[in-house]
Amino acid sequence: MSEPKHGAWSTVVAMVTHLGHRVTSALQQLGFVARFFVVLLLSSGQSFRRIHLTIRELYFSGFQSLLIIMVSGLFIGMVLGMQGYETLQRYGSADALGVLVALSLVRELGPVVAGLLFASRAGSAITAEIGLMKATEQLTAMDMMAVNPIGRVVAPRFWGGVISMPLLAALFSVAGIFGGYLIGVVFIGVDEGAFWSQMGASVDFYHDIWSGIIKSFVFGIAVSLIAVFEGYDAVPTAEGVSSSIKSTVVQSALAILALDFVLTSFMLREA
Amino acid sequence: MSRKLLDLWVGIFVAMGLAGVLFLALKVGNISAGNFAETYPLTAKFANIGGLKVRAPVKSAGVVVGRVADIRFDAKDYEAVVTFHINESYRFPKDTFALILTAGLLGEQYIGLDPGGDEKMLQANDVITKTQSAVVLESLISQFMFNKASEGPTE
Repeated sequence: MSEPKHGAWSTVVAMVTHLGHRVTSALQQLGFVARFFVVLLLSSGQSFRRIHLTIRELYFSGFQSLLIIMVSGLFIGMVLGMQGYETLQRYGSADALGVLVALSLVRELGPVVAGLLFASRAGSAITAEIGLMKATEQLTAMDMMAVNPIGRVVAPRFWGGVISMPLLAALFSVAGIFGGYLIGVVFIGVDEGAFWSQMGASVDFYHDIWSGIIKSFVFGIAVSLIAVFEGYDAVPTAEGVSSSIKSTVVQSALAILALDFVLTSFMLREA
Repeated sequence: MSRKLLDLWVGIFVAMGLAGVLFLALKVGNISAGNFAETYPLTAKFANIGGLKVRAPVKSAGVVVGRVADIRFDAKDYEAVVTFHINESYRFPKDTFALILTAGLLGEQYIGLDPGGDEKMLQANDVITKTQSAVVLESLISQFMFNKASEGPTE
């Protein structure tokens, strides 16, 4: 290049180079995740043959998240009950409160909020565990003993998360509907029959409940994959593990919200 | 923690989750309301369906007996062709009237079936010929205004 080295010019070149570097490294990372996912699926056989490995993870990421999921669901349902009543009674249709609470929980809030809670409660724990195992060279030690660490450590945690997530989302919705019932019917005094019957008439199993279950299943795959990958990919230092946990939570939240947009637009078009 | 206790807790968790899904399906989604019941299709042609939507209920005497499955436009005689699925356990006479009605003043629209007195019953894929279109508010108002105008000045 025969360009004179002006200050402004070299800054622009540096910025463009930096941008290019960011893009190529992001693509490289994406390819790494994809290959990691394929290896994970290929070595999943062990996590079902030795089912207690997966059951242990179901306990830690599923059962232990139950309390936070159900309490949050209850509160969100109660808030929906109050806010929904406040708005609906202006139009004289407070009887539709059950529909409002059930549809918003089953379609959107259940999968999304349960996914966010699951990512911060269980996803971060998975990343921390795998990252620390890597930092203390337990994964390398397994490799030395001809035990595949992806099959033995990573896959059970992944499947535990994938199985837990739809169940947790369903329980979140149930707790939320109960919360809405508590506020709407027990405290405010909306007619109980109208609450349940309008809900039953307007909520469709296939279009509302089933699409919510599909959503939570997809979120479960996304969150679990991000969590195990971040742990496996962590820089094996205290600082590296902590930054991996941070990016698990951040990336899971972004992935859930972005996937929710994509899935919702597909599901609404289909309906 | 012993493996047995672990299994117990996980079993409780999974059972609760499945019970939650079941609760959503039965109580919230009301899956028993003819979703999986046997149905047979009927077709009706309307000059105007108003705001009728797919999955809108089909009611007779106020009871939901089926759901709208498909709405198409017939380009030959410029009519709307509505196909709906009726629960297998309900049979209607040949001269049944199909009307498009509105629940409440601004509520959703549904198909009302008014059974006639014919001995013969409608079979699957039959076409209901006696129909009444949706009431369109604008035409109602203009009708009212024309009537008023034809009455002449009221002095």
